[in-house]
Amino acid sequence: MLRFAPALIVTLLVGPILAGLAMALLPAFGYLPALGGERLSLEPWHELFAQPGLARSVAVSFASGLVTAAVSLVVVLAFLAGVSGSRLDRWIQQLVTPLLSLPHAAAAFGLAFLIAPSGLVARLLSPELTGWERPPDLLIVQDPWGLALMLGLVIKEIPFLLLMCLAALPQLDPGRHVAMARSLGYRPTTAWLKVVAPALYPLIRLPVYAVIAFATSVVDVAIILGPTLPPTLAVSILDWYHDPDLSRRFMASAGAVLQLGVTASALLTWWCLERLVARLGRHWLERGSRSCADRPLRLAGKSLILLAAFAAFAGLAGLALNSVAGFWRFPDALPQGFTAVHWLRALPSLTGPATATMIVAICATLVALALTLAALENEQRSDRHPAQGRLFSALGLLYLPLIVPQIAFLFGLVVVMETLGTRHRLGLVIFGHILFVLPYVFLSLSEAYRRFDPRWSQLALTLGSSPNGAFWRVRLPMLLAPLLTAAAVGLAVSIGQYLPTLLLGAGRIATVTTEAVSLAAGGNRRVIGVWALVQASLPLIGFVIAIGIPRLLWANRRGLQGA
Amino acid sequence: MPKRTFTAILALSLGAPLPAQADDWQAVLDEARGQTVYWHAWAGDTRVNDYIGWVTRRVRTEHGIELRHVKIDDTGSAVSRVLAEYSADNHDDGSVDLVWINGENFAAMRENDLLFGPFAERLPNFTLTRPEHNPEVVTDFTLPTQGYESPWGKAQITFYYDAEALGEDPPGSMAEILAWAEEHPGHFTYPRIPDFLGSTFLKQALIALTEDADALYSPVAQSDFEAVTEPLWEYLDALHPHLWRSGRQFPASGPEMRRLMADGELTLAFTFNPAEPAAAVADFELPASTRSYVLDGGTLGNVHFVAIPFNSPHKAGAMAVANFLLSPEAQARKQDISVWGDPTVLDVVRLDDGSRALFEQASDNPALLAPEALAETLPEPHPSWMGTLQEAWQARYVGAP
Repeated sequence: MLRFAPALIVTLLVGPILAGLAMALLPAFGYLPALGGERLSLEPWHELFAQPGLARSVAVSFASGLVTAAVSLVVVLAFLAGVSGSRLDRWIQQLVTPLLSLPHAAAAFGLAFLIAPSGLVARLLSPELTGWERPPDLLIVQDPWGLALMLGLVIKEIPFLLLMCLAALPQLDPGRHVAMARSLGYRPTTAWLKVVAPALYPLIRLPVYAVIAFATSVVDVAIILGPTLPPTLAVSILDWYHDPDLSRRFMASAGAVLQLGVTASALLTWWCLERLVARLGRHWLERGSRSCADRPLRLAGKSLILLAAFAAFAGLAGLALNSVAGFWRFPDALPQGFTAVHWLRALPSLTGPATATMIVAICATLVALALTLAALENEQRSDRHPAQGRLFSALGLLYLPLIVPQIAFLFGLVVVMETLGTRHRLGLVIFGHILFVLPYVFLSLSEAYRRFDPRWSQLALTLGSSPNGAFWRVRLPMLLAPLLTAAAVGLAVSIGQYLPTLLLGAGRIATVTTEAVSLAAGGNRRVIGVWALVQASLPLIGFVIAIGIPRLLWANRRGLQGA
Repeated sequence: MPKRTFTAILALSLGAPLPAQADDWQAVLDEARGQTVYWHAWAGDTRVNDYIGWVTRRVRTEHGIELRHVKIDDTGSAVSRVLAEYSADNHDDGSVDLVWINGENFAAMRENDLLFGPFAERLPNFTLTRPEHNPEVVTDFTLPTQGYESPWGKAQITFYYDAEALGEDPPGSMAEILAWAEEHPGHFTYPRIPDFLGSTFLKQALIALTEDADALYSPVAQSDFEAVTEPLWEYLDALHPHLWRSGRQFPASGPEMRRLMADGELTLAFTFNPAEPAAAVADFELPASTRSYVLDGGTLGNVHFVAIPFNSPHKAGAMAVANFLLSPEAQARKQDISVWGDPTVLDVVRLDDGSRALFEQASDNPALLAPEALAETLPEPHPSWMGTLQEAWQARYVGAP
């Protein structure tokens, strides 16, 4: 049974994506009989390239992928390089990790309200410091260069990369390496960057690639924070798919294929940059300088990561304030009155979507956990250890859903599912979520699982336990903390899904995220505040449970309590 | 001119209206009982959602129909869904039973045979709209509906402003808006094209500015687009530098424009729902000094409808819901400013006394438009103008430095 787990995973993930891509590729070349496209042609591409502002859309999408990944990675590495195990460091880590569960859209709404010319910061400073009696006419949110978009993405990607690094670090034994380097006279931060960082990067390369792919093709954050004239490529594609002029579906499909190309070139460019940095870095290593801006680097790492975390929390606070606000005119720092009416109005319509969200998220996460455990246990028993950080191993295909833009294959997947005649909406939605939950669960769990000291299982076996017994009674309980963290990540990913829920559920499965996005179309910030908080609180509950259970269960075993 | 066009369309669309037969309708209601109707409707407004929630409860008790509001942020996604099902040869078990629709989306679905019908004339309450006197209920952006959609509510461009910031004398025409914007740079804007409301602003401006407004009521291919629209582009070129963010950025939609009003970034804005400003004041969004008005000479207005996709498995249930939406009870509640404030499509003057009384409401809300202000309604141009205008706008202003 276990032997089939990897094959099952790969078919489950790769099949739908390839099928969906094929169904995008055909209309992109003019073949879609339902709309009278019977012959292959290049017409959709001509039409696509004639779209005003296309080059700019592509450029912003491409750049936001690279810049987001570079900035988040640099901040995370700078922070980790300066970590000395102090109380402040631990506090920062505890502050940043829960942000992983914050849905992208909620974070983006919060940030938009924080930095807008009529936003929270401007309100706090006005009119005393700025002299603004009415909001200044400044282009901050949705700027044409996509800076606000990148900022919003960086705030969300820092916690993700940090968690991935923290999961990978222990196997590198950084403490001993740094101590060794320091005994040779290297300053601590420099030592970390020279000894640990080069070994760490290959282990977090996949998450970094996932960040690039996500940032080049993200839809919800780009709608809220991204440029508008023209919008990013992914947003344009969505607009074309939804255009009342149905003949635009052809061009939309061509756009989806182009999006795939843009994401691929961003990844390729990053790969080239990797080579370049490796080459330059080698020089820097070999030169042997013992200190390299040690203090400023440490300070910058800490302050930048704190700034990002505070921006996210302040945005959330702004949303919370809005959700209970009465009339609130600029430049008042606080609303003129408070009211519970927005919450009271939302509450009756909340239970249905909240229940559906939890059913879908729990099912998808359980299936993903089971498959992940099966694959990892199979790896242990067959004694095959995967080449870590390698992109093209068989199980590496697992990460395909993270690399291929959603918008490129989801519309095609809907047609495939319709053709197969599958009408079980809840099942389809759960299946769609597994596509995205599984890679993240695998990513979160695999390092802890592979690192697990094999001697525990060996001991169990020598005491007469069967392999299954060793798995259920030794390995699983001891891995409870990382297991629950992976589950919390899975829940958070599932809860945040918008497009897969909407498209595969035919709109019949209403989750808090689909509700929040459709209400956001109304632009009422008070209603958005209510739903964004609901959307953010569900995964947070998951995280609290994930951290709390091991502490309760293993109250008398400190080593098993997890981070 | 508009009157003539309407009469011509009326002759085309109605021919001889069939009176709904009681037996026939009872059969529909019997079939509808127990069905679950999935209604895809834009859900960006909690007031609309609450109203649909009320409809859900009423049709459950009245007709035993389980109505589900599928909340969407863009009607295009429902059109996409039906199209995907059509591509996959799903001709009798679609997932959309009823869709809130008008204009371009209706034109596109009709053109691709994605709608069921004609059904509107079979609804007993449809006669209350008196199409023979109110041609707009059977006309969607100049296209005759031919019974493929049933009217639900009315919309008309309504301007609103903050009297505290603007004074009591708002700009009453396109020319005055330009002059006012030059004096108050950054206080006005319109939603980004291809947004529905933004496109309507273009059409409103075009009707006011062009020398050949008659051309707008036939397909765009029949006239010289460049010549007809030239005054519009001259106007916009002059207006843009004085708009919010100097015309380098536009709000995404009408609701976003309302939010900018709420934040005090704008002083003058407009909406399609005449009751929206008053509702937003009641919701603490807009200041109490908000006032509404329409431009001199009238503003664009249209009717929004509900339609049934060709592959809905619950057509009887969908028709029963559409009929309930046209009942005096449902229409009066919808028009109630404290519920939604969407104007009725029924011919209230010709209703019987009891039904007419339902529509009488006290209107002393200062943010609310006086009902007589909506008397001057300009009809929508032919739908082909919308797409062409949108493309021309984007070619001109998107990606420009």
